[in-house]
Amino acid sequence: MRKLLLEHISEPGIETFDVYRKKGGYASVEKSLKTMTPDQVTEQVKASGLRGRGGAGFPAGMKWSFLDRKSDKPRYLVCNADESEPGTFKDRYLMEKIPHLLIEGMITSSYALGAKTSYIYIRGEYMYIVRILEKAIEEAYAAGFLGKNILGTEYSLDLYVHPGAGAYICGEETALLESLEGKRGNPRLKPPFPAIAGLYASPTVVNNVETIAAVVPIINLSGDEYAKIGLGKSTGTKLISASGHINKSGVYEIELGLPVEEFIYSDQYCGGVWKGRKLKAVVAGGSSVPILPAELILKTAKGEPRLMTYESLSDGGFISGTMLGSGGFIVMDETTSIVKNLYTFARFYHHESCGQCSPCREGTGWMEKILHRLHHGHGRKEDIDILVDVAKKIEGNTICPLGDAAAWPVASAIRHFRSEFEECVNNSMKVKELVH
Amino acid sequence: MELKFSNNTLSLVNKIIKRYPEGKQKSALLPVLHLAQSEFDGWLSPEVMDYVASLLTIKPIEVYEVATFYSMFNLKPVGKNLLEVCRTGPCWLRGAEDMVAHIERKLNIKAGETSADGNFTLKTVECLGSCGSAPMLQCGANYYENLTEEKIDQLIEKLRDKGVRSSYLKSVEINS
Ligand SMILES: Cc1cc2nc3c(=O)[nH]c(=O)nc-3n(C[C@H](O)[C@H](O)[C@H](O)COP(=O)(O)O)c2cc1C
Ligand code: SF4
Ligand code: FES
Repeated sequence: MRKLLLEHISEPGIETFDVYRKKGGYASVEKSLKTMTPDQVTEQVKASGLRGRGGAGFPAGMKWSFLDRKSDKPRYLVCNADESEPGTFKDRYLMEKIPHLLIEGMITSSYALGAKTSYIYIRGEYMYIVRILEKAIEEAYAAGFLGKNILGTEYSLDLYVHPGAGAYICGEETALLESLEGKRGNPRLKPPFPAIAGLYASPTVVNNVETIAAVVPIINLSGDEYAKIGLGKSTGTKLISASGHINKSGVYEIELGLPVEEFIYSDQYCGGVWKGRKLKAVVAGGSSVPILPAELILKTAKGEPRLMTYESLSDGGFISGTMLGSGGFIVMDETTSIVKNLYTFARFYHHESCGQCSPCREGTGWMEKILHRLHHGHGRKEDIDILVDVAKKIEGNTICPLGDAAAWPVASAIRHFRSEFEECVNNSMKVKELVH
Repeated sequence: MELKFSNNTLSLVNKIIKRYPEGKQKSALLPVLHLAQSEFDGWLSPEVMDYVASLLTIKPIEVYEVATFYSMFNLKPVGKNLLEVCRTGPCWLRGAEDMVAHIERKLNIKAGETSADGNFTLKTVECLGSCGSAPMLQCGANYYENLTEEKIDQLIEKLRDKGVRSSYLKSVEINS
């Protein structure tokens, strides 16, 4: 299987500039700054079909082409390294192990966008990675890849790391920009979109760590060559964070199109469900995406093998499908209480709601409370329908998608595992705890 | 005594402010609050927040509203070591609750409390991006992963009386 991002990950010293450079690092900066115009770089990213790796899967080249290039204000590229979606830890892995890949992607991308100052907004808990990135940035300055007149060209760029301080909502791009301006992380009403009025009301592109890193192989290979990797509209490779009840958790770079079954059971990846148990359910793209029972994650409702692509995972819509999301792949074995797992997610979203819109602020609280009592055996008969109703009333009625992200897991868990919720009510007793 | 950063930290603050455009010094607020928290006993008192406001020439209320929004800022004193155990789905699946219960028994406190000797505060937190090495806890800037009860016992012995709050100071010393 082809690796584009993690190819050199086990090379000793790959976190240093020298080793990274010896392995061909920074070639995309040389190629773009010396032989391409900024628009040509953007064209290559468009041709690659690369879709945003932060969760929403929006085409990166298209986002770049929306950037207001007529404005006389400075333009900014901001890297979203907030990574707080439960189940997701791929950006951490990439930044920790091969920090120069992100720095290289930031330089090439900033050149394409005409940004003279760029920021990496990283969640505050990753403080030790702030240190790793700052060291890498210092090396890149010393080698002439950052600062004034990079590689003797006209292009100059300053790059800074900015730590957050613990708030999932700051991963939402407009909340992130508010936070970077030194404010509470309250998402902004859109429009205007960041491409028109983002950081300091200037034209801004916000992209995920992995998206920006993928620009490196795209420029090195060409957009068309990159587009040949993967399957259909799901081009390239994707980092998947695998966790839960599997034998081998960790971060895997897969070529998009890999069958889900192979990902779960092959020794190259998750190595199967732990303790020889049966697979019960999977949350395939981070806590926000719908949960699927074993039979629907392995095969679509039509009986076709489910593949790791944006299209295949969403086949069947929310009735029988889910989303690739951030690639946070959480596996649950047959002993798992779906109600309890959902309760931890509901508690999470309630904790993380910024509180600006009442459906989200109040609704996430109700969902947590109801799930708490269901899980603890105090559930009432009407609770399940109330949960479905609350989720429905949040969905689509909020400023930012956190509301939807809180509603989808609830709606899908009840859709696929309703009997388990009913059992909680009927037994009126504490649900089976997870037995290890 | 008047509250003041060390000279070393003050020069860091000035370097950080320069990362943002002229007049946008408020952008430095989160990094500077991290510095303040590590320099002034691991929490942000009203006096500390007022001091940060004066350094960044913004109103105190602008600091309060931010400090109360972000979960990493402590608005009350904490023990020498803040043990933050993740309890979200993926960590729960791998036994996070047992780890919390073990620490509670061992230190004779509940989550949210500080041990009688002032050495440890226990806090439960949401996903820290370590789900593949669950269960886990964070203390200061360090991640402790694939936890077992034995590993926790060793860690507690190691940290007792030490005081690892945050190493943001160290991390920005390298570059800025
Ligand atoms: C509540 C919420 C949290 C988010 N968290 C993240 C995050 O941690 N990292 C990220 O890259 N995108 C996150 N996003 C998506 C961003 O808003 C944005 O779409 C993304 O950074 C764009 O980058 P991409 O197109 O390269 O994926 C989040 C969105 C929402 C609504
Ligand atoms: S949906 Fe929730 S998180 Fe998003 S803006 Fe509204 S209250 Fe805040
Ligand atoms: S769920 Fe605990 S680190 Fe992600």
